[in-house]
Amino acid sequence: MVYLTRKAEFSASHFYHNPAFTPEENQRIFGKCNNPNGHGHNYTLEVTVKGAVDPKSGFVVDLKQLKDVMNREVLDALDHRFLNKEVPEFFTRIPTTENLAIAIWQRLAPKLTATKLHRVRVYETPDLFADFYGEA
Amino acid sequence: MKAHLTRRYMFSASHRLHSDEMSADENRATYGKCNNPYGHGHNYMVEVTVSGRVDDQTGMVCNLPDLDSFVHSQILERYDHQNLNLLAEFAKQVPTTENLCIAIYEIVKRGFLKAHLEKVRIEETMMNSFEYSGDL
Repeated sequence: MVYLTRKAEFSASHFYHNPAFTPEENQRIFGKCNNPNGHGHNYTLEVTVKGAVDPKSGFVVDLKQLKDVMNREVLDALDHRFLNKEVPEFFTRIPTTENLAIAIWQRLAPKLTATKLHRVRVYETPDLFADFYGEA
Repeated sequence: MKAHLTRRYMFSASHRLHSDEMSADENRATYGKCNNPYGHGHNYMVEVTVSGRVDDQTGMVCNLPDLDSFVHSQILERYDHQNLNLLAEFAKQVPTTENLCIAIYEIVKRGFLKAHLEKVRIEETMMNSFEYSGDL
């Protein structure tokens, strides 16, 4: 089994707000991230797949295909977007780094039929990242 | 769904690697330049990884300010700009980054109860890093 990781970057804006909370609760729990006008990050995405090395190609996965799937399913939808307003998953879910990792996994997993998705890692800043391994 | 969240922190400290159980020659042979009697310093980078179910209401594994304030008060204030050899936990232990990793893991494990601690990882320099996930 070999693990292969591909990185990509995207920039997006978001804010954290739960309509079930009072304005005071939203402010207390989410702090500056609750500003309704949003704020942005340069996100780094790492997608790790795993599999046996194909004896003919020497590949775990065709990198071109992986890149195409990441571009089509993730970057085209998220890059330079306001996540809360333009990405359907976040009409109801709060676009935290954790939920971004889960949403990206859910976008990629059905499309990566030739290989197995192992981990989605999303860096919100160099000092903060979330990992999702597809665990229930 | 379960996700992992990792936060990076920095502190600077000095240490000297020296064991009273070894002769001067053995200490020099084992620790090399790190045995210099006057000590030396590093900028340590600490990664704390916690895991848990992503809360439906907040979209979070745990609230970041809670983790930050714990690490700032219990780890960074304890170790930043200190001589590690003079701290109680290193009175009888050599302050290698392995032992520092275990010490920090134990403090977080004991004191931070808002998410499950997965791992503490420390980069002593850009060229070396150490991880501790508890004794399995």
